Amino acid sequence: MKIEKKPVFIAVAVLVCIAMIFSTPAWSKDTYKIGGIFSVTGRASFLGDPEKRSMEMAVKTINDNGGIDGKMLEAVIYDTEGDPTKAVMSISKLISRDRVIAIIGPSTTPTTLAVMPFAQKAKIPLISCAAGNKITQPVNPYIFKTAQSDVLAVAAIYKHMQDKGIKSAGILTVSNSFGESGRQQLEKQAKNFGINIVKVESFGAKDTDMTPQLTKIRSAKPDAVVCWGTNPGPAVVAKNVKQLKMDIPLYQSHGVASPKFIDLAKDAAEGIILPTGKILVADLLQDADVQKKVLDKYIDEYKKSYNLSVSGFGGYAYDAMNILAKALKGSDGDTKKIRDALENLKNHVGVSGVFSYSKEEHNGLGPDAFVIVRIKNSGWELVK
Amino acid sequence: MEELLQYLFSGITNGAIYAVIALGFSMLYNATDLINFAHGEFVMLGGLGLVTFWTVFNLPLPVAFILAAGMGGFAGFLFERLAIRTVSKPQPIVLVIITVGASIFLRGAAMLVWGKDAHGVPDFSSHEPIDIFGATLLVQSLWILGIVLIMVAGLHFFYNRTLTGKAMQACAINKRAAWLTGIPANKMVLLAFIISTSLGAAAGVIIAPVTMCSYDMGTMLGLKGFCAAMLGGLGSLWGALIGGFLLGSLESLGVGFFSSGLKDAIAFILLLLILYIRPQGIMGTADSKRF
Amino acid sequence: MCDMLLSRINPIRFAFFFLVIALVGLLVDNAYYQQVLILIGINTLLAVGLNMLMGYAGQISLGHAAFYGIGAYTTAILTAKYQIYPWIALVIAILLAVAIAVVVGLPTLKLSGYYLGMGTLGFGMIFNIIFREWSSLTGGASGFVGIPSLSIGSLSFESGRNYFYLVWFSVWSVFLICSRIINSRAGRALRSIHDSENASMAVGVDTMTLKLQVFVLSAAFSALAGFLYAHYISFISPGSFDFLMSVRMVTMVVIGGMASIWGALLGASLLTLLPEWLHAFSEFEMVVYGLVLMLVMILMPQGLTRGILDIYERSREKYRK
Repeated sequence: MKIEKKPVFIAVAVLVCIAMIFSTPAWSKDTYKIGGIFSVTGRASFLGDPEKRSMEMAVKTINDNGGIDGKMLEAVIYDTEGDPTKAVMSISKLISRDRVIAIIGPSTTPTTLAVMPFAQKAKIPLISCAAGNKITQPVNPYIFKTAQSDVLAVAAIYKHMQDKGIKSAGILTVSNSFGESGRQQLEKQAKNFGINIVKVESFGAKDTDMTPQLTKIRSAKPDAVVCWGTNPGPAVVAKNVKQLKMDIPLYQSHGVASPKFIDLAKDAAEGIILPTGKILVADLLQDADVQKKVLDKYIDEYKKSYNLSVSGFGGYAYDAMNILAKALKGSDGDTKKIRDALENLKNHVGVSGVFSYSKEEHNGLGPDAFVIVRIKNSGWELVK
Repeated sequence: MEELLQYLFSGITNGAIYAVIALGFSMLYNATDLINFAHGEFVMLGGLGLVTFWTVFNLPLPVAFILAAGMGGFAGFLFERLAIRTVSKPQPIVLVIITVGASIFLRGAAMLVWGKDAHGVPDFSSHEPIDIFGATLLVQSLWILGIVLIMVAGLHFFYNRTLTGKAMQACAINKRAAWLTGIPANKMVLLAFIISTSLGAAAGVIIAPVTMCSYDMGTMLGLKGFCAAMLGGLGSLWGALIGGFLLGSLESLGVGFFSSGLKDAIAFILLLLILYIRPQGIMGTADSKRF
Repeated sequence: MCDMLLSRINPIRFAFFFLVIALVGLLVDNAYYQQVLILIGINTLLAVGLNMLMGYAGQISLGHAAFYGIGAYTTAILTAKYQIYPWIALVIAILLAVAIAVVVGLPTLKLSGYYLGMGTLGFGMIFNIIFREWSSLTGGASGFVGIPSLSIGSLSFESGRNYFYLVWFSVWSVFLICSRIINSRAGRALRSIHDSENASMAVGVDTMTLKLQVFVLSAAFSALAGFLYAHYISFISPGSFDFLMSVRMVTMVVIGGMASIWGALLGASLLTLLPEWLHAFSEFEMVVYGLVLMLVMILMPQGLTRGILDIYERSREKYRK
């Protein structure tokens, strides 16, 4: 046996592997390259998939209208699968190989937190589509975001509770970054609204029965239950609340603000109250609402392009792309100029709300970004 | 009191789910000495199969049930013929990686077919939850419980009363000796695979109304079912049942009296304890050293 | 398996490896390729430790991501929360991983086969839950931000090239340590455990101690990898140290080829790069990944190193005839 050949052989094999990634992509000066990093597959695909489609759609619309300053946009989109390591690899690839001038995404808070230092170091503006408050607090000069912060969602829920005279609440959150961030905000803001949190429980994202947690909450006798999670867990919670015949209001988060939730929870969804961006209730809005036109246009375009019903989450990427397009105008592809233009952007009417960025505020949304809805007859109903 | 009862009811619901998955693990291990890490994915196939056959094609429930379980069995048949049998060196570690590969493949395929969203199915029968001393139990839990018991009894009968079942056990004890006595050992392995995977798919069918189905539901369910199988004793049918219910009850009691954040840890702490103290499991007599 | 008995420490081979590292570091300019190579290096550290455990001692572990996480979280907490000098944190991280490996290894390594696999799996899951639930210390499910970058004196490792050298010379040193162990008396005893534990006990090998030593060694390497990962990405979250990561580590070892430290390098490179290549398949990525795993195991159960070498040798024999 030729033993000496082995390490040489492996060295060659490894070099071949490396060579295969060294394919330089074509680089053209007539386009603006925009990077996209979304969780297209994996645990957060319910976010990433519509975000990717929305970004592609927005890019196509802009290009069909002649591009920006005569230059076409080119979207380069990578999938993180919700994995921070893959997200970091994607952003480095975007920055050093594809040489993009701005980045949209990632879809989740952990992936965003992982890539932020890389965008910051390369001085490439990044507009995240994740909800976590940690992304824009404290403010990083190059990091912006379009998704409504959980701060606003919690405030909207508590405001509604206050109006209804609810004094105490039990909290049930999913044990991932979304639920954890929500729980922190719920605990932090409770005092401001005079609400007493009597019990805090959590559940696993793939759990099949939450009756023990709800039983515990029930015995603490709160006036309401707040559940914070993304499908399918909250649908199980809704069913369990009904099973346990708990006759107190159940609040859900904006994480389940999609028709899918009603589909999953079936009649257990009736009467549930949740905050949502206006996209879910676009047809219920009055014509005077500033967002109405933008929403109708987005929903219409999305349906035409993909023949799919619109999701509440794709709007984050759609807004990010349109905001970026505004900032790109006159920037000549200079990342510093794009950043400055982003920070000075005021009153951009988007799908998720009206954005006004400033030096201290990189999320740019006010409390009016959320409306409170109740589920009635398998549909949505605006509550005041 | 009312709370304790509610915890136990929750334990029964979850326990039955774990038990029915553990059953598939145990059944296959019994016949082939193999642990199928893709078992959770067959559970997922069953659940999503039901979504298609029942809610999309509107077939009657029993037909949809049989079709979904049959689909799992057929997938298991393909898996055994195409992947497991073709392995030139069936060492356990190789087989583990192959089943892990299969689980990734099945998850990817299911994502392409059924999409990334979760799907819900209605309960088998639209009864109100049963109210006992202030605690409530879903009727679907009773369905799960009943079907699990039927499955265990059926397998028990199969192993102890039918020639095929006895032949399969003979293969498990010594494949070569069984082959010498004229038992077609390869066919037995194939049959064991088909039964195990269709059991898995049937498990997916009956739990679908409780859990909701998505392409990535299988991994955690598979692991928990696995813990239950180990707890009861790998290879023992009644052990799978006991392990499932024990795990389910301890989890809900743990949530009730300790912390819900540590719920998932309970299964794995139990797993370690049983491995350290009594590796053969509660019901098992097997030698823990065998590979 | 005569080849691994014969693979004495070859100074030329290690010098060659050293040169290749130095050269690649000089030639690769693009930050993205540097990053890919850094991640390959970190994965190689993970794979080589596990390869010692699985390939030489014959003990499977489905929970090694826990040690990777222990390394990463220890250094993150010590450096970011308590401002401890990172290199001291590295020592503490490795010592902690070693201590935990001893405590866990003592009862777990008494098991064998699937039972050992399950025991390590359970322990890995428990640690993942600890990373997630002990949020006051670990940052919980949202992850841990703000891990400082490394430096020695005025030499900063913030740039891709310096970090590349740091990671790959760690790999080089670890390879050297491993090949010394493999060719020592302990290494031969280990291989005897792999072939038959009972037989080696009968000839007087203290199998339990040896197994534990290798387990501890692999835990230390994983903790080192975790340290390098944490300071490179500067962010960690429990998702990076879950069951799937443990499975990925085992896959690297098995695909590359067990009982071969160079196979670990190949396996780690492939598993890091495969998802990059599969990007072209987008939605089909998972399906293809699963198929590749299964096919490699069906066609080359001894891993790619051995498998391709076999094909090469067979074709050469044919040619000669």
